[in-house]
Amino acid sequence: MAARPPTIDPPAPVRLALPARLTIADAPGVETLLDEPAPERPLLLDLSAVTQIDTVGAWLVHRSLRDRPGSDLVGASPEALRLLAEVSAADRPCPIRPEPGPLLLVQLEHMGHAIIRAIHTLGEGLGFIGIVLLAAGRALRGRPPLRWQAVTRQVELAGVNALGIVGLMSFLIGIVIAQQGAVQLEQFGAEALTVNLVGRVTLRELGILLSAIMIAGRSASAFAAQIGTMKLAEEVDAMRTIGLDPVDVLVLPRVVALTLVMPLIGFYASMCALVGGGLLSWVVLDIPPASFVQRLQSVVPMSDFWIGMAKAPFFGATIALTGCFQGMLVRNTAESVGLHTTMAVVLSIFLVIVLDAFFAVFFTAIGFA
Amino acid sequence: MPEPRLPLPPVVEVRGLVNRFGDQLVHDGLDLDLLEGEILGVVGGSGSGKSVLLRSIIGLQQPAAGSIRVFGQQVTTESTPGQMALSLRWGVLFQAGALFSGLTVAENVQAPLREHLSLSERLLDEIAAYKIAMVGLPPEAGAKYPAELSGGMRKRAALARALALDPALLFLDEPTAGLDPIGAAAFDALIATLAQTMRLTVFLVTHDLDTLYAICDRVAVIAQRRVLATGTIADLSRLQDPWVRDYFDGPRGRAAAMGAAALEARA
Repeated sequence: MAARPPTIDPPAPVRLALPARLTIADAPGVETLLDEPAPERPLLLDLSAVTQIDTVGAWLVHRSLRDRPGSDLVGASPEALRLLAEVSAADRPCPIRPEPGPLLLVQLEHMGHAIIRAIHTLGEGLGFIGIVLLAAGRALRGRPPLRWQAVTRQVELAGVNALGIVGLMSFLIGIVIAQQGAVQLEQFGAEALTVNLVGRVTLRELGILLSAIMIAGRSASAFAAQIGTMKLAEEVDAMRTIGLDPVDVLVLPRVVALTLVMPLIGFYASMCALVGGGLLSWVVLDIPPASFVQRLQSVVPMSDFWIGMAKAPFFGATIALTGCFQGMLVRNTAESVGLHTTMAVVLSIFLVIVLDAFFAVFFTAIGFA
Repeated sequence: MPEPRLPLPPVVEVRGLVNRFGDQLVHDGLDLDLLEGEILGVVGGSGSGKSVLLRSIIGLQQPAAGSIRVFGQQVTTESTPGQMALSLRWGVLFQAGALFSGLTVAENVQAPLREHLSLSERLLDEIAAYKIAMVGLPPEAGAKYPAELSGGMRKRAALARALALDPALLFLDEPTAGLDPIGAAAFDALIATLAQTMRLTVFLVTHDLDTLYAICDRVAVIAQRRVLATGTIADLSRLQDPWVRDYFDGPRGRAAAMGAAALEARA
């Protein structure tokens, strides 16, 4: 009898009885059960015990049949067969998230994007200032006239309603400056000079700067969020279609309002800080309010006051322009409103401080110290 | 002769529902049953409280009075463990889709799975892929963000998310609103197919008469702060109520009826 040529038998299928429930809640257990036999062995799946099956259960069965050639089913109910047919028809892998690519390239790409975006935004920002200036020019000639009603509304929202918090903050800052000044100057026996410190620092720098930062936090964010939400709801586009320029309606009133109201808030903040400083001087240094005011008059030059006041309208305009500009940059998603609102606050505070530094150098250079 | 089956308890049982916004009474003693395996269309004029009814049933709106039971369990607006477990058994398609804008479509589908089940990463990706295929989206839609999709694709993606947990019950709020007629018809067909495949019970708020004729087993008419009538379209078109008459006999109602009849004749 001739020897039979050796044949490679296909590995015998592993018989696997599946549990009664093949639903999404049981998926982890069923998945490990199906993955247990050695991967090269085909399976003979016994579905006769199955009473409940959904698409996830059917998918797990389908996947095992697909990945282990030679596998088969027994005892499947018509319901199970129908679901199996449905999920195998829908077996099309899809990407879950966009391809990230190599890390170094991604970082470089991010950097490149950021730089291009920054340049782009700078250009758009300059363009925006130009558009607002043109609109302001038109408003000066009264074609169309400035919307004073919107301006007064913004003065109320951004200015009057901020008085409480700005006043309290300035009052406390006045106390802090006077207290720290008194402690330091006491070492030279010059605590009386606290008045000089409080008066000059407050009127020239801090009164305006701190209230500008406060208004940037309050109003730049509000402007960006309001205009951004209106852009999302296509209200800005709707304005254009009925012949209204969003810059005239939304931006100009806000810019004018903050430009007008910022010096007033700055003045008010300075006064509150002086009250705080005066109060501390009275309590700690025994300088009565009358002498405090008298000393203020003699040591604080009027130029300090005017320098402070001169900066305020520029700060106000910067804050309003930044807020409105960021609002106008909102595109498509709710996320973008949040992003640009944050940008509005960060950018406007940054710009205010840059402007302040510029003014400090400028006034010294023209001998206005 | 088939044995008489015991009537199944309704999947959704609304009894004596009262909803009020300030002085305005929206529902006053509304009763409604949603039976297992049916597609119930809910119609009514604008402002008749269809969406409020939907929000009450899924526990987003606290009713002033009345009881709502889903799968025999009382619905509340609080985040109790019972209510959370209940919400795993239904899927909701909101009118505008309400996809999470910070996640891709596939991640949106995975979100409920990730939150409630501990599935392997491989299975999560596969479930997202076949659900996306089942609602008729192309594979490349998976990695896109909702803002990059058209209105019709966004609806389909939202449907895929609503079906992520393989719910037994599906709520749809105006699924075809804002779709073009071709897209709307395709979406109707999709809902009918999926309801068939996944043995879904569907609660469908709609304005679209074509949807009613095409896929609804029963229709509930909401008017005068309660359910005025329920029944098949044939039942309702025999009613003498003036609003129901206007609704089904208006030019659009007649057109939809003719369209449905033509489809049946061809089949």
